[in-house]
This record gives sequence, C-alpha cells and structure tokens, in this order.
Amino acid sequence: MTQMHSNTVDQDEIERFSRLAAEWWNPKGKFKPLHKFNPVRLEEIREQVALNFDRQLGQSKPFEGLTLLDIGCGGGLIAEPMRRLGFEVTAADASKTNIEVAKLHAEEAGLSIDYRATTAEAIAAEGSMFDVVLALEIVEHVADVPFFLTTCADMVKPGGLLFVATINRTAKALAFAIVGAEYVLGWLPRGTHQYSKLVRPEEVEGPVSAAGMTVIEELGVVYHPLEDAWKRSTDTSVNYMTIARRPTV
Amino acid sequence: MAEATDQSSSGVTAGERADILIAGAGYVGLTLAVAVKTAAPSLDVRLVDIAPEGVWKKDGRASAIAAAAIRMLERLNIWDEVRDDAQPITEMIVTDSKTSDVVRPVFLTFGGEAEPGEPFAHMLSNQVLNGALRAKAAALGVSVEQGIGVSAIHPKSAAIDIDLTDGRKLTTRLLVACDGVNSKIRSMAGIQTIRKEYDQAGIVATVGHERPHNGRAEEHFLPSGPFAILPLKGNRSSLVWTESARKAKELVEGDEMVFELELEQRFGHKLGAMTLESGRRAFPISLTLARSFVKPRVALCGDAAHGIHPIAGQGLNLGFKDAAALAQTIVEAERGGLDIGAIDVLEEYQRWRRFDTVQMGITTDILNRMFSNDSSLLRSVRSFGLSLVDRAPPLKEFFIAQAAGLTKGPSPRLLQGDPI
Repeated sequence: MTQMHSNTVDQDEIERFSRLAAEWWNPKGKFKPLHKFNPVRLEEIREQVALNFDRQLGQSKPFEGLTLLDIGCGGGLIAEPMRRLGFEVTAADASKTNIEVAKLHAEEAGLSIDYRATTAEAIAAEGSMFDVVLALEIVEHVADVPFFLTTCADMVKPGGLLFVATINRTAKALAFAIVGAEYVLGWLPRGTHQYSKLVRPEEVEGPVSAAGMTVIEELGVVYHPLEDAWKRSTDTSVNYMTIARRPTV
Repeated sequence: MAEATDQSSSGVTAGERADILIAGAGYVGLTLAVAVKTAAPSLDVRLVDIAPEGVWKKDGRASAIAAAAIRMLERLNIWDEVRDDAQPITEMIVTDSKTSDVVRPVFLTFGGEAEPGEPFAHMLSNQVLNGALRAKAAALGVSVEQGIGVSAIHPKSAAIDIDLTDGRKLTTRLLVACDGVNSKIRSMAGIQTIRKEYDQAGIVATVGHERPHNGRAEEHFLPSGPFAILPLKGNRSSLVWTESARKAKELVEGDEMVFELELEQRFGHKLGAMTLESGRRAFPISLTLARSFVKPRVALCGDAAHGIHPIAGQGLNLGFKDAAALAQTIVEAERGGLDIGAIDVLEEYQRWRRFDTVQMGITTDILNRMFSNDSSLLRSVRSFGLSLVDRAPPLKEFFIAQAAGLTKGPSPRLLQGDPI
C-alpha cells in the first residue's frame, strides 16, 4: 500500500500534494471540465464491461475479480470510480506529482489502488496483463502513437477490452477543442493540446487491429451546453472513444 | 498486487470508517437508512441519535402519512407491520368559520382516494412507525446508537472526519443531518437559514370521543389558525390545534376541563363528549429553510433542511420525499462508481428537492396569512376560492393529489412504489 508517511517524503511535500489533491478533486475548481466529462466516460465503460464480461449492473462492485490498468491516470478521477466498481486497479502516470496526489486522495477515500509513477512500456515490460486497459485522453500527448497503442493493446488479456479516448484531428476539433476550450471558454490551460498531435480514429484503429484486437465500437462524445453535460453521440468529429476487444482464441 | 483491501486508514485518521453516518433516528433518518441498505446492502450505514435510549417510545403524537409515502413504506416492507394500527382517512372536510359559529358552512369535501381503493392518507402513531422502522433497520444490519451526537465535523477532500459526543472518531464518505429543525450539524457545516417566526403554536393531543369518526378528518380555518381533528384507530382522534403562542401556553398549562370546553367550542358535539387521552403539548411554529441543502460531504434531510407551517399537514411528507430522493441519489451514485459524498453528486439531490420545499414553504405561509385572521373581506375571498375548488373537479383532483403527495413531476422511484 501507500507509504506516504515514511521518511522518504518530507512534510512540506505532503502538504503541497494535499493542496494539489484538493484542487484535482474539486468539481468546481480548475479541473471542472474533467469532472463534467467523467460521467459519460464512466457510463460507457460500465456498460461495455458489463456486456463483455456478463456482469450485472445495478448492484455494488459488479466488476469484482477483474483487473484494470489506467494509463495516464492523472489525479485518479477514473481510477477511483473503477476501484469502487470492484476492479483491482493499477493506475500509472508519468508525472510523479500526479501519482502522489492520486495516492493521497485514494488513501483518504479508503480505496486501495496500485498507483505507479511509470509508463505503459515499463508495465508491459513486467509482462503484466489486464482484463481492461484504459488509455483516456492520453494518446494525443504521447511521442509515438502507434508504439504506445501497440503497447496498450498487448497488455489486454484474451477476451478483454481496450478503451481509447481522444480528440479527432479535424477542423471542427481545432475550433472546439483547442480554440473553444482553451482560448474562449478557458476550460483547459492554453497549450494543453497541439493540433498536429491530435489523432484520427483510423490512426487508433490501425495499430490496435494490427495488435490482434477487434474494434467493437466507436462513438462520439458531444457537449450539450443547455444541460451543461456531455452525451454520447455518433458524431466523432471532436471527442471520440474507440473500444476494442481481444478475441478469446 | 496482493488481495486489495479498501478502507485502510493507516496514518490519515486513527478513527473507524463507515460509508455513511446518519445523525438523527427520527422517521427521516430511519427511512433513509432502510432505503439505502435495502438497495445497496454493501454500504456500511451507521445511525446515531442524541436522545437517550427509549425516548422515542414516549412520543404520543400521530402523523398523517400520504399515499405516496405509504407506497414507499410498502416497497420497503414496513407498511405490513403497521397497517393494522393505521387509520385510513376516507373523507376530509374543510370549513372556514369564526370560533363562535355554531353552523359551519362546509366549503370543501374530499372523498379522499388517491387511486381507487387507496385512501389519500392514513393516520399512524409516531411510536408505531418509529418502532417498525427501527426493527427493519436492525434487520438490515444498521444499528442505532442512542445518546450519541456529532460534536464536530472536519470535511476533507475525499472523506469527512466526525467527532462523536462520546469521544469516538468516525471517518465516512457522507454525513447526513436528520437532526431536526434546530440542526446542530447544519450550523457546523456553516449553512445559513431563512427563518420566519409565526406568533403561533401548534397544540398536539389525543382525545377520545363517544361516537365513531368514520374515518373523517376535519380542518377548520379559525381566526387564530387552523384547527384539525384527524381520525385514529377506535373512537380516538388526534388534534392539531393552532393558537397564538400565548393562548396555546394557557391551554396546555391550564386546567384540563377548560381545555375540553375550549375544544368543544371549536369542534362541537358531532362525536359526543370528548376527553383528553394524552398529555397536551404546544410546539412553536416557524418557517425555516436552509439556504443550501448540501455542502461537500454533508447533506441535510427532513426538518434539518426545512420546517414549515403545519397548516397543510405536509411536513412529514416533505421529509419522506427527501429521504426517498437522497436514497436514490446515493444508490445510483454508488452503482455508477461515483463518490457518494462529492458535491456534484449531492447537488443532484438538492436540485431535486429544494424547489419543491421552497414552494411548499411559501404555499403554507400564504395559506396561513390568508386564513389565520378575522377579516370579513378575506373571508369572502376564501369562501369564493374554496367553493370554486369544490365545484371544479380538476382543481379538486389536483388538491387531493397534492395532499396524497402524488403530484406529477420527477418523483423518487420509492414514492411511486418502485424499487431504487
């Protein structure tokens, strides 16, 4: 479990992480857009996992006994709900700060999550495999997209699922996700996304299929301003999610 | 990774952990506990109540329980336990008159059925209801600790640390305040209230009478405030009698015979001679609305969120609605893997309940201002209004639905008789 109170981390650091954790986890704070975005992602993951693994939703901890890897977990906004749903969760982020923040919050929440300040490659190198691998809002930040996706796909057990969520490289995405979200609405810090690094659905499908997985679903996620909520849609031109399954044999 | 065990509390807090602490074991807190545990048995729900052991058994009052609340109690397997003790209200009449009027024109009669065969309300003794809820809570594994309150709260980002009055510490994901109209937790959470004092008190007592009431409830709008007589099992009725605060004190503390005479003057001889069967108590009446029903990790439920004028007999039913809505919000969040104490989850409960509550608070306030006076001008306006309602079936149905708690709109599933 976490070792927050060992001598290796000094008190000032803990307090700094603690402030950052409060920030990450404040639904009204700096990360409000992520909190708003969360329910629709959770809903899709829950439904797809329940369907694939034949689990009954509408009861607590429906995914007990399944393992999940969350790559690019940030402060743990997805990892914690996944743990509550019963998954045994391993969550990784390249940022050490994010991981300390996430550990601290999970500890306070009484949730046992294996947080690691590491990369997808490092976990793959250990030979670990998971029932579900999540790569949410991360591919647009990695250096080598095909290599990253192959690494993620290789860690999915037979019969398991891979979820990739990102932003499409279209004129509409440039207008909405970069100009709109970063410059007009101020939802995200400027420079969060670079247009050239955005990834098209076919650029996700390619490496994932090459790694032996079958794309089973591709859906858009669209913001409804009047309800101030994100909803699922067939429009994949801005935010979208690709779900792939590794065949059992 | 080794067998994952949640809720490790190494270093962060020394106290015990649970998912939810409910403070206050009245009907709201108990209903909430039962509703949550029934739908989500894996949640660790605790209940504490500041009153010493056994005090709830001394509550001699009875309450009108609307049809919607009964559907919920049926769904929670509680109604069967209390059905035999509940008196259906099969008819209700409303009059508007002076205290000295011998003949009271009846402006409104409700042949009170919410649905065919379903009376719009039942009268039930508080003690019987509370006892049945406690038994159900215990059967579901929720213990009620009496004589224990909350002495301090420390909300954090992912949990709330709670100091209990016996010195113990508890860490939970959510704290629900069901600790009444003068809620201590509400003040601890820094939630302000909007408050209006009425210079009125509600006298509550049980009377026996010679003749049967035949399930009829009566409400007389007298100049000093509404006077209601509600049927209990047998030849007994429950009084809810509003007077000026001063007059109420006199009636409650004075001679029993004077009380019975004053009662007779207001109610007449329809049920024969009347005798007091219980003690008399007067409760101050105020309109109290919490400015917010939620704060991070804290939710207010029932009277802790709102105290309203008893003129429409809706206080209890608002509390049941709160419990049903909060239980559904908690259970749905838990099933979705969300954090049940996070402010965005709790705000859903607030959005759901606050409008209805404010509306009811304002309605009862206006009713009280309209009726609790002796102005002949207002009297004729009222008469016209009430007789209009009596002659217009759609309006009347609307009022019956209101009284039964079955109005349209997004009603919590339990109040429609469905599971969460």
